[in-house]
Amino acid sequence: MRRKAFATAALVALGLAGPLSADPVDDKLIVNGETELVTHTKAPDYIDGLDEIWSGWAFRAAETRAIEADDFDNPGMIFVEDAEAVWNRVEGGAGKSCASCHGDPSSMKGVRTVMPKYNEKAGDLWSLEDYINDCRVNRMQAEAWGWNDKDMVNMTALISVQSRGMPMNVAIDGPAKPYWEKGREMYYTRTGQLELSCANCHEDHYGDMIRADHLSQGQINGFPTYRLKNAKLNSIHARFKGCVRDTRAATYKPGSPEFHALELYVASRGNGLSVEGVAVRN
Amino acid sequence: MAKGVKPRVKVPKSAAAGDVVTIKTLISHKMESGQRKDKEGNIIPRSIINRFTCDFVGASQSGNVIDVQLSGAISTNPYFEFEAKVPESGEFKFTWYDDDGSVYETAKSITVA
Amino acid sequence: MTISRREALLVGAGGLVAGAAVALPLPVMAAAEDAIAAFTGGAEMAEGGITLDAPEIAENGNTVPVGFDAPGAVEVAIFALGNPNPEVAVFKFGPMAGSQSAKTRIRLAKTQDVVAVAKMADGSFASARRAVKVTIGGCGG
Repeated sequence: MRRKAFATAALVALGLAGPLSADPVDDKLIVNGETELVTHTKAPDYIDGLDEIWSGWAFRAAETRAIEADDFDNPGMIFVEDAEAVWNRVEGGAGKSCASCHGDPSSMKGVRTVMPKYNEKAGDLWSLEDYINDCRVNRMQAEAWGWNDKDMVNMTALISVQSRGMPMNVAIDGPAKPYWEKGREMYYTRTGQLELSCANCHEDHYGDMIRADHLSQGQINGFPTYRLKNAKLNSIHARFKGCVRDTRAATYKPGSPEFHALELYVASRGNGLSVEGVAVRN
Repeated sequence: MAKGVKPRVKVPKSAAAGDVVTIKTLISHKMESGQRKDKEGNIIPRSIINRFTCDFVGASQSGNVIDVQLSGAISTNPYFEFEAKVPESGEFKFTWYDDDGSVYETAKSITVA
Repeated sequence: MTISRREALLVGAGGLVAGAAVALPLPVMAAAEDAIAAFTGGAEMAEGGITLDAPEIAENGNTVPVGFDAPGAVEVAIFALGNPNPEVAVFKFGPMAGSQSAKTRIRLAKTQDVVAVAKMADGSFASARRAVKVTIGGCGG
């Protein structure tokens, strides 16, 4: 039982107090008093470890939940506005902006719900960031953005907002299947000095307190997310990196094949939850 | 002028004479507190919005609504919510003062039917 | 049950932390007292006349929503007694103010009391105090 003792020690090290638990809040998220988002629903049948899925919103305090319920109160929307300006900005050798081809950002409605997805032409799994950079490099003849560049994260937010309220619906079959299986393998594999897998915290212990923090299911339907902690938008891969680092493992790079696969698997665990379009978290 | 500073305000478009309306304001600003250190251990100098004002300007009545003195303990992207009287049609003027001398202004008109 | 070296170390570390928390002196509020006195001129402060809203537990000390309501006040100052600089903000209300209330978001360096002091039109002062626990997240993420 050496392995188990180590895992227990790791959880103790993270301050995960066994008996302390607090259920997610069964509250309704209605943005701007008009758009109701699904923050709690039945888990997809291919997910064995969960019966119900919950948005990370349901694990946050009342004050934080309230900030997300109003676009003016939500500081993440500042960055969406910044991205609107960038959407219309001509850049690169082709003399084009995003708007030159795509018109209004509302043309991106639905895009976020199916990300990441298998791209036939590239023969690989693509995240929203890959599609954006493909446009920038090949259509605009502009420089690619870094995965966590401010403009990149803001643009993924602008595109996500267009799908607000639509259910996440990533494909896990066909050519996506091997990526999904790789992601699932990663999800359940213990890593780092603390020997923790994603599932140890986000499947086995969601709802419990990890020190003073309320553990969520690690759903990514709300991303990119404005965090009170760093007062900016945070990408999915940046959050993965933080999580992996907290297990005291050498992390993968944002944009790496590993994080692409993990993104697909984690997104699939949230199929059915609404795209939140700039969540607010602690 | 600090980079990327953009004010946002939310004011109802119309009101009845004598109404009290809720106003919300948010300005993108990092509010460097002067308490943090950089990688070399040097204090990062304070760079904040140090004052925010809202005034009502109407044809016959004008005056200050609120005048706030801010410190480094106000969060990044300063947010204020407060109430104002609307005696007549007019304009709410909003002004933010930056440590670096920059002044950011915006205004919203309100109509009394 | 045998305790592994690793577990023993962890328990030991926990004990140290607990010990340190007990051994710490009560926070010295001299700076905060001075700051409040600078605002009131040392005048007595009444209880009541101002209400202060702040979360009992703040999820992150970087962004703590606070609000106050002080009917009839001309000025309201907010102090965070445990911050390195206790002054947070001073709100002055003009003739076009619809109420002497406001909400904002503040930074709290640690668990501490937040105090709002209202200066009334007649020159008297009133104050309200709320304790806010600032949590240390489990995940730096």
